[in-house]
Amino acid sequence: MNIAVPTREQREAKLEGMGCKRKRVEDIRFTQGKGNYVDDVKLPGMLFGDFVRSQYAHARVKKIDDSKALKVPGVLAVITAETLKTVNLAWMPTLAGDVQMVLADGKVLFQNQEIAFVVAVDRYAAADGVEAVEVEYEDLPVLVDAFKALAPDAPLLREDIKDKMTGAHGPRRHHNHIFEWSMGDKDLTDAAFAKAEVTTKDVISYHRTHPSPLETCQCVASFDKIKGELTVWGTFQAPHVIRTVASLLSKIPEHKIHVIAPDIGGGFGNKVGAYPGYICAIVASIVTGKPVKWVEDRIENLTATSFARDYHMTTEIAATKDGKVTALRVHVLADHGAFDACADPSKWPAGFFNICTGSYDFPVAHLVVDGIYTNKAPGGVAYRCSFRVTEAAYCIERAMDIMAQKLGMDAAEFRLKNFVRREQFPYHSALGWEYDSGDYHTAMNKAMEAVGYKQLRAEQAEKRAAFKRGETREIMGIGISFFTEIVGAGPSRNCDILGVAMFDSCEIRVHPTGAAIARMGTKSQGQGHETTYAQIIATEIGIPADDIMVEEGNTDTAPYGLGTYGSRSTPVAGAAIAMAARKIKAKAQMIAAYMLEVHEADLEWDIDGFRVKGLPEKSKTMKELAWAAYNSPPPGLEPGLEAVSYYDPPNMTYPFGAYFCVMDIDVDTGVYKIRRFYALDDCGTRINPMIIEGQVHGGLTEAFAIAMGQEIRYDEIGNVVNGSFMDFFIPTAVETPKWETDYTVTPSPHHPIGAKGVGESPNVGGVPCFSNAVNDAFAFLGTRHIQMPHDYWRIWEVAKGLGLHG
Amino acid sequence: MAKMHVKMNVNGAEVESLVEPRTLLIHHLRETLNLTGPHIGCDTTHCGACTIDMDGKSVKSCTVFAVQADGAMITTIEGMANPDGTLHALQEGFRMMHGLQCGFCTPGMIVRAHRLLKEIPNPTEDEIRFGIAGNLCRCTGYQNIVKAIQYAAAKLSGAPMQEAAE
Amino acid sequence: MSVIPAPFSYHRPKSIAEATALLAEHNDEARILAGGQSLIPMMKFRLAAPEHLVDVGAIAELKGIQRVGDALVIGAMTTQHELQLSKTATDAAPILKEASLLIADPQVRYMGTLGGNVANGDPGNDMPAVMMCLDAAYRIMGAAGPRTVKARDFYEGTYATALATGEILTAIEIPVPPAGHGYAYEKLKRKIGDYATAAAGVVLTTRGGRIATCAIALSNLADKAVLATDAAATLIGTALEKPALDKAIAAARAIMSPAADTRGTTEYRTAVGGVMVERALRRALARAKG
Repeated sequence: MNIAVPTREQREAKLEGMGCKRKRVEDIRFTQGKGNYVDDVKLPGMLFGDFVRSQYAHARVKKIDDSKALKVPGVLAVITAETLKTVNLAWMPTLAGDVQMVLADGKVLFQNQEIAFVVAVDRYAAADGVEAVEVEYEDLPVLVDAFKALAPDAPLLREDIKDKMTGAHGPRRHHNHIFEWSMGDKDLTDAAFAKAEVTTKDVISYHRTHPSPLETCQCVASFDKIKGELTVWGTFQAPHVIRTVASLLSKIPEHKIHVIAPDIGGGFGNKVGAYPGYICAIVASIVTGKPVKWVEDRIENLTATSFARDYHMTTEIAATKDGKVTALRVHVLADHGAFDACADPSKWPAGFFNICTGSYDFPVAHLVVDGIYTNKAPGGVAYRCSFRVTEAAYCIERAMDIMAQKLGMDAAEFRLKNFVRREQFPYHSALGWEYDSGDYHTAMNKAMEAVGYKQLRAEQAEKRAAFKRGETREIMGIGISFFTEIVGAGPSRNCDILGVAMFDSCEIRVHPTGAAIARMGTKSQGQGHETTYAQIIATEIGIPADDIMVEEGNTDTAPYGLGTYGSRSTPVAGAAIAMAARKIKAKAQMIAAYMLEVHEADLEWDIDGFRVKGLPEKSKTMKELAWAAYNSPPPGLEPGLEAVSYYDPPNMTYPFGAYFCVMDIDVDTGVYKIRRFYALDDCGTRINPMIIEGQVHGGLTEAFAIAMGQEIRYDEIGNVVNGSFMDFFIPTAVETPKWETDYTVTPSPHHPIGAKGVGESPNVGGVPCFSNAVNDAFAFLGTRHIQMPHDYWRIWEVAKGLGLHG
Repeated sequence: MAKMHVKMNVNGAEVESLVEPRTLLIHHLRETLNLTGPHIGCDTTHCGACTIDMDGKSVKSCTVFAVQADGAMITTIEGMANPDGTLHALQEGFRMMHGLQCGFCTPGMIVRAHRLLKEIPNPTEDEIRFGIAGNLCRCTGYQNIVKAIQYAAAKLSGAPMQEAAE
Repeated sequence: MSVIPAPFSYHRPKSIAEATALLAEHNDEARILAGGQSLIPMMKFRLAAPEHLVDVGAIAELKGIQRVGDALVIGAMTTQHELQLSKTATDAAPILKEASLLIADPQVRYMGTLGGNVANGDPGNDMPAVMMCLDAAYRIMGAAGPRTVKARDFYEGTYATALATGEILTAIEIPVPPAGHGYAYEKLKRKIGDYATAAAGVVLTTRGGRIATCAIALSNLADKAVLATDAAATLIGTALEKPALDKAIAAARAIMSPAADTRGTTEYRTAVGGVMVERALRRALARAKG
C-alpha cells in the first residue's frame, strides 16, 4: 500500500496559517443565532435596572421623589446619588484623570445624564418605575458652543472643581478649561511662518459623532455575599481594565472579581470606558443580593454613553511658492463635554493627535490643544480610530488640499512632493513620533494609476466647463486622502491606562495530542480574533489553525491585557502570540533534538516540525513533539508545552494608505452620488486578506456615514436633536457605496511578524477622502473649506451661498 | 393587566404561553422562549436585528406585540437550518463570503434574506440591496452580505457561485 | 429609559361591528391598532398610552383589493406589501406601487397598512398625498353608521383628521384614472427608512401632448398633506413650458411650510419641495399618453 506523502504545499495549506483567507471560526455560531451576547445572559432571580435621566442639559436637581415609583408593582429599589454616597460611589474617576458623577449629585450637566437607577423584577416593571419617578429641576444657563466656553462670563459648569486650578494635565486657566497640551517647537515654527512664502489658516472642525455599535452597552452584575465575589458580564473591549477599575472603586479585592466579556456586538471604541450603568448594576447587586442586568436603549447609547470627535482645529501650513511645506501650526479646541472622560492613554490628553503632520515631511511643527467643558455628554472615545488619529488625519488632509488649491497645484502632485521618502524611515516627525516604515510614493502612484487619476481630472475639467455653460446641474468632485496612522499602543515608557502599562498578552497551551488553546488579553468585537490569532500560531508552530482554540474575555483564565481598541490587537497582542509561540517552538526544538539525538543547532524548522539539516527524512512534527513533551520529556526538562508572553512593543506601528473618491453632486438638491471609491491600504504583513478586506469595507462605510451626515447635534439649550436611528445617519445597503480595495505591503521592522493593524485605517483615511471630494467639487466655484458633515441640506447651503440657485 | 393566552408555531413547534398584552414579540421570543438569536439594536424599528419570519413576512419583532402573533407561524434564525441539520445555504453563504463580523445583525439579516430569496430567487445586486435595506449592519459595509446572498441564491438554484469573498 | 409600552387591554374583534362597538365602549381610551408600525413605536416611547388597544388585524372585511366598475376599492388593512403585489391595483393606478415602494423599509411594508398610513394623520406619511392626487374617498364606519370623506377633505393638521373618536376607516375608494394618464411620486429622503425631506405626487392627463387635468399633492411639506391646487391650475393647457412651470413651482412653494428639522432648514425643504414638484411633473408628463 502506498501512502501518499503530503507535499510541502499540502502541509502548508493544511495549517491555514498567515496569508490564508481562512473562513471564520466565529461564524459557525453567529450564523445559527448561537452567539452569546450580554443580553443573552440569564441568571436565576435576575433583576433589571433602568435609568431616570435628565430632561435638561444644565439644571439643579431640587428633588427626586421616588415614592410613586416604589409603589409600582415589581419595583424593588430606586438608587440615587445619596444611596451611592453611602458606599462612596456617587462619583467615579475617569480614564482621563477627571471625576464623573455616577448619578446626578445636586445638578445635571448634560441631557439624559443619569439621575436615578430603578431596580425591578424585569425590564417592563423597571420602565414603569422610571416613568413614576418625579424629578424637580431648576434650570441653569446652558453652554453648548465650544467657542464660548472660555468667555469670562461663560456659565460655570463644574462647581465641584471650581477652585481647583490644576487638573490631571496641568494648569487650568478658566472654570471651563480642562487642560492645555502642547507639542513641538513653538519658536522654530513661528520663525518658519514668519518667513514663509505662502501660508494658509483655516478652522477645520470635526463634528461630534458616536460609534453606535449595533449592540448597545450592557452588563449583568452578580455579587455573591457569602463568598464576597463579584461577577460581571459586560460589553467590555478591555475586560481586565474593567476588573482593575471595579476593584479600585468597590474595594472588592481584584481576585474576587470575575469579569467576563462574552460575544460583543461591535464596539468601535464605545465599549472601552466604564459607564454609570456598570457601577449602578454592581451596587444594585450588592444592595439586593441578586444579579442585576442593565441594558441601555439606543437613545441612551447615542446621547449619554460617550461620543467621538468634537474637535475644532485651527490649522496653518507654511510652504514655499513651488509647493514644499515648511511648517505646520495647529490649535485645537477640544470639546470634552461635561466631564473629561476621554478614553486615551493616561499621559495623552489629546490622544496621538500629534500624528497630525501626517505623511508629510514637515521640518517643524507646533501643536496646542485646549480641552474644555460644555453641557454635552462626556466621552471622547476613539471611534474606529487610534486616539484622535482620525481628527489628526482629517486636519492635515483637508489642510493639504487647501494649500494645494492656494498654490494652484494639483492635490496629488502636492502630496507626492511632500511625502516622507522611503529612505527617511525610520522617520522622526516634528511632533515627536518615530514612523517605523513606509513607502508612500509607491502606494500613491499605484493608486493614481488604478483610478486613472489623469483621466478623472480631464473629465472633471470638461464637466466644470459644461456646468459653467449651464448644460448640467451636476458637479464632480475627486477626493484624495493619503493618511498615516499610528496604532498599537503602546510602549510602556509612554503609554498606560490608570498606571497599567499598555502591553498585551498571550498564553498558549499545546495539549498532548497536538491541539492547543491560546488565551488572550484582548477582546474581539467582530474583528475575528478567534480566526486570525490561530493563523499566526499555525504558521509559527506548525499546528493547523483548526486545532487551535482562541479564547478571550474571561479575566479568570486570560492573561492580563489591555484590550482591543486603537487597532492595537495585531500590533501588540499579535506580537505577544508570536513571542509565546516562539517560546513553545524553542522548547519543542529541545525535545526534538533529544529525540533525534542531534544538537539543537543541527535542526531546522520545516512548516510543521523540525528536521535535521541535510537529513530531511529525520524529522519530528509538532504533533509528535507535543506528545513527547507530556510523555517523555528530555531529562532535566519540565514536562508540558506551554508559554506566556507579555509583549511591550518597542514602538507603535504606522499603517498608511491612499484613498480616492469620485462624487457627483446635484446642486439643486444637495444630493450626491458616490460614483467610485478606491482604497489602497498598507498594513504591513497581511494575516488574513479576507478579514482585512472586510475590515476595510466596514471602516469605509463608517467613514462615509460620518463625513456625509452622521452627527450628534445639540440645539442651543442642549437637547440632542438627532438621538435615534431615525436621524442619526447609519446608511443602509442602498446608500452605502461599493468599495474597491487594494494594497501594498511594507512590513513593520520591529513587529515579530511585520504586521501593523488595519481595522481603523479606512475610517481614518476615509473621512477626509469623502470630505475632500465635496470640497473639490465646489472648489472651482470659489470655496475654500466646507465644514462636515456633508448632508444634503448642508451641501445645498453651499450651492446657495455660491449663488447657484439663480 | 390580565395575561392572555397565546399559541404560536415557532420553528416548527407549537408553543403556548401566557403573556401580558404589552409584551413585545422580541421579548417573548428572547425571554420566554429562550430564542436569543434575534437581537435588539435600536428600539425604533430601524435596525432590523430583531427580524423574524411571521406567516411568510419579514417582521421586526420589536414592533409587534406577542398577542398579535397568536396563531402565527414563526421562524427565527434558530429555525433556519435544513431539516437534516445541515446549514441553510444562507448560513453557509454568510460564512463563505465573510458576510458578518460581530454577528449581531446576522440573525435578522439571514432571516430577512431568506424571505427575499423566496420572493425573488435570483435577485440582482440592486434588488438585494433594496431588499435588505431594513437591516442595518455596522461592521461589513454590506458588500460581502450582498455576495453571501448571491452565494445562497446560486446554491439554491443549483448553480453554485465560484467567486470568493473579497 | 427603556423603550417599553405602558400596560393596556388588548382586543381583537372579528368584525367591523364588533370593532366599532369596542371603540364606542372605550371612547378616548381606545386606539385602533392596524399594522402598528407607527403606533407601536409611539407606545414604546409612551407618546401614546391607550388603555385599550383594538387590533383590527383579524377583520376579514378590511382586507382585499377589488376593481368595482370605475373604482378601485382597497380594504384599509391591506398592507403596503400586498398593495405592491396587486396587479389589480397597479394596473388601475400605478402611482400606488411607485409611492408604496418608497415607504419605510421592507419589514415595515409587510406590516404597515394602507389604512394606517392614510388615517393616522402623520404629515410625513406618503399615501395621503397620493390619495389626494387620485381624489380618493375614505369609507368610514362609526356607531352612527357609515359615511364617506374625500381624501382632499380629510386632513386637518398633524395627527388631526376628519376621523371622529369611535370611527374606523374601512376602505379606500379610488376613482380609476383614465388609461394613458401620467403619474409620478418623487421623494427626497436621507436614507431608506426615513420620512421625506420633501415629496410630491402628480397625476395628470394630456390632450395633444398638453396637460388636460392635473393634481399635485405634497408630503411632509406642511402640517398635513396638501393639494397644490393653484400650481396644478397654472399648468392646464401647457406642456410644462418655462414660464408656466416656474409659476406652478412658485405656487406650490407658496403653500409649503415645512418645519426646520434634522432634514434641513425650512428654506431648504421648501426649495427641494419645488424640485420634487418639478421632477414629478416632468416624469408624469413623459409617461402620459394622449
